[in-house]
Amino acid sequence: MAAPSSCGPALSLRVVAECGLSKARACELRLPHGPVPSPVFMPVGTQGTMKGITARQLEALGCRICLGNTYHLGMRPGPELIKQANGLHGFMNWPQSLLTDSGGFQMVSLVELSEVTEEGVRFRSPYDGEEILLTPEKSIEIQNALGSDIMMQLDDVVSSTVRGPRVEEAMYRSIRWLDRCIAANSKPDQQNLFAIVQGGLDPALRTKCLEEMTQRDVPGFAIGGLSGGEAKDRFWRMVTLSTDRLPRGKPRYLMGVGYATDLVVCVALGCDMFDCVFPTRTARFGSALVPWGSLPVKNKQFAKDFRPIDENCDCPTCRRYSRAFLHALFRSETAAMHLLTVHNIAYQLNLMRSIRESIVEQRFPQFVRDFMRTMYGSRERYPPWAMEALASVNITLE
Amino acid sequence: MHRAGRVASLWQRRSRLYPRSRDRDLLRPPVMTCRVLIGPGKRAAYVREAAGASQDLHAACQLTSMKLSLSKVVSGCRLGTLTNLGKNGVQTMELPGCLLYTKTGSPPHLTHDTLQAIKGVPAVVQLTLSTLVELHEVLEEYKEGIGKFIGMPESVLYCSLHDPGSPCPSGYNNNKTVSIWGYGGRMEMTGSKFMSMQRALQPDWIQCLSDGDTISGETSRKRAKKSVDRSLSFLDECLQLQEKSPELQGSVMVGVIEGGDMLEERLRSARETAKRPVGGFLLDGFQGQAMAKETKLKLMASVTAELPEDKPRLIHGIGKPDEVLECIERGVDVFESFYPYQVTERGCALSFSYDYNPDPEAAVIKQNGIQDAGKNGTEKDINETSKADPEITSFEIFLKEKRYRDDFGPLVHGCTCYCCQNHSRAYVHHLLVTNELLAGVLLMMHNFQHYFSFFHSIRDALRDDRLDQLKELIFRQAL
Repeated sequence: MAAPSSCGPALSLRVVAECGLSKARACELRLPHGPVPSPVFMPVGTQGTMKGITARQLEALGCRICLGNTYHLGMRPGPELIKQANGLHGFMNWPQSLLTDSGGFQMVSLVELSEVTEEGVRFRSPYDGEEILLTPEKSIEIQNALGSDIMMQLDDVVSSTVRGPRVEEAMYRSIRWLDRCIAANSKPDQQNLFAIVQGGLDPALRTKCLEEMTQRDVPGFAIGGLSGGEAKDRFWRMVTLSTDRLPRGKPRYLMGVGYATDLVVCVALGCDMFDCVFPTRTARFGSALVPWGSLPVKNKQFAKDFRPIDENCDCPTCRRYSRAFLHALFRSETAAMHLLTVHNIAYQLNLMRSIRESIVEQRFPQFVRDFMRTMYGSRERYPPWAMEALASVNITLE
Repeated sequence: MHRAGRVASLWQRRSRLYPRSRDRDLLRPPVMTCRVLIGPGKRAAYVREAAGASQDLHAACQLTSMKLSLSKVVSGCRLGTLTNLGKNGVQTMELPGCLLYTKTGSPPHLTHDTLQAIKGVPAVVQLTLSTLVELHEVLEEYKEGIGKFIGMPESVLYCSLHDPGSPCPSGYNNNKTVSIWGYGGRMEMTGSKFMSMQRALQPDWIQCLSDGDTISGETSRKRAKKSVDRSLSFLDECLQLQEKSPELQGSVMVGVIEGGDMLEERLRSARETAKRPVGGFLLDGFQGQAMAKETKLKLMASVTAELPEDKPRLIHGIGKPDEVLECIERGVDVFESFYPYQVTERGCALSFSYDYNPDPEAAVIKQNGIQDAGKNGTEKDINETSKADPEITSFEIFLKEKRYRDDFGPLVHGCTCYCCQNHSRAYVHHLLVTNELLAGVLLMMHNFQHYFSFFHSIRDALRDDRLDQLKELIFRQAL
């Protein structure tokens, strides 16, 4: 067991255990707001709230780090107000760690994109129609006001389905913007700035990006530009290529990954941190996550199903409520969404905890086999990309 | 004890057990005694059970049954306790008090955990038939009753007909049926369909099927009379059906007093209903704005004067603090808590003071609190007031107002609820502006606790003989 290595003044990482076969590792991150065991799934609390569940409920589920969104919070209520409130931690009264993204992704995915220049991203605000320019400096300024434990650089984001010279341009620009972000960080000893590796689905571009970015003195690295609808077999190859070239002693954050299978596979490929809106979003749409897939509780078939969502789940929802009740409640009551949100977060966090335990106890490959069997039932149904990816790190499924 | 020969009629049985109202003065000892309250079917069951242990009918009845003990009556207000409530007979409810409002069996926006974080949650939960009626088949198959189904196996459950938030369209009841509006639309309930639903629900208290369609404004004498006749007929029918229902032997029927705004009909309804073996009374038809306030209050007082003192009096549709006090003064014991829910839905927080015992330092702060509320009507902030619900009362603050944007104080100073202990006005403002679900959760937690604390203060004031101070304080804020 290694001693904690300092990744920066505000972050240290200790590798607690490594899987002998794959690239999976169990670590402990130490952030300003406390320790975070990894691999870790970070629920997304976009506007300074985990949707309908309270900070106390979230903490009680075992969450030690969650996300806030720079774009949204930068618009409303704005960095000035949040600064007055003692940062985002103070504003939402969240005692554990926070990670904020840069605003880059939202600007691509959500709003009418006017222009990306070397200066920054110029776009039109959906709230008052005003033109806003988000530069690397501006993004860091907002994130410094938010006071998150981990901040993300502003990167030049292109969709993973885009081809051609735009991908290369975005990759090089992201490196230059990383340097500007590092220079703009006014609180390097309290807030960790992570780099985001780009390069699309092109191995050469990714490699180049990794070479450059790993030369910068940042406490951690994110793998970006993936999980956007690209083919899975290209996805995993970029992930594993990246983890091969990222330093062992610093955390690897794979952005936007949240489906259970993807989590398990990408842990095997060497990733430590994940985030995704999927579990909480699908809860609000009436779907409960279970080890064998998902239950669309809103569907008629559950009207008289008096079992809990998962008999083996210990979350507050499964301890007290049945599928039938949730089905009935979903028609009209917000409480149904909250109950499912609680369960789905519990599911994700339990999954990560089980993954971590199995790594620590040196039985991760067996865990993976059991997981796949429970999820898919039989070998014929295992997704080929997952089998390939796991095989590439020496985990064979029966 | 074997009941040979004819079964005694409902009236005969009742008169043997309970003295009539006018006789109570002869019987009342210096301190108010307890009276035993049970339904007819339940009595039979306990009698059979007790036959082995004791031949004393009265003792057998007293084994486990809802009891009302009054400790004090002050200016018409009753202070007391209901005991032996619920399936296990161990729950109690303080009077005057309120019920926990639910929709489809859940307190709005709240899960079990967030509900537990609220102080002073009432022991009795209000379910509404209108939000549960579509679950009839499901519950019949479930068999274990609505309490367990909704995750509240320990709570005392009262099932009322309609949801207080949604007034019913008028003109749909007849001699055989009452219409209730479920999520899927209108459903006609006969006495037997109603009781069939109750057998599936198995609540502890049941508002009897009743015709309360007298609140739309133009109620003729004829219509008022019909509401009384029909409701009595439904009551007799449902009591008979209850006798034959093993699942409902532990349940208490609440008789419903109707009669619109006609004094004669109201009195008739009260007297006739009181003759039946009901466990409590509901003063129905006082919802809405149709009846003039003075008429309402006078009728209430006249009605409760006809009712036995040893059974609780419930009312629907009354929620504002000043109105609550007025009703308590006229002999009402139990209220709903839909009002804090309505406050929540319009993005507001209850902020009225009920502290009739302020210390001099706190008086300044309280004064600020009252100023806060009072300012609502005069704020010239067009953007907000145009979005503000016209139903906003002077007892609440509208947190979407711009002035709360950077107000880092709690919703209400001194409030010990989860929201006020953990979050600020600015944060709740932000949640409302961004349409976040958490706004409803936090506001509901605050508003419920504030409202439950208000009832606590009413009971304290009655106990301490400070009702006048509390009244003065509340009515001062009612402007």
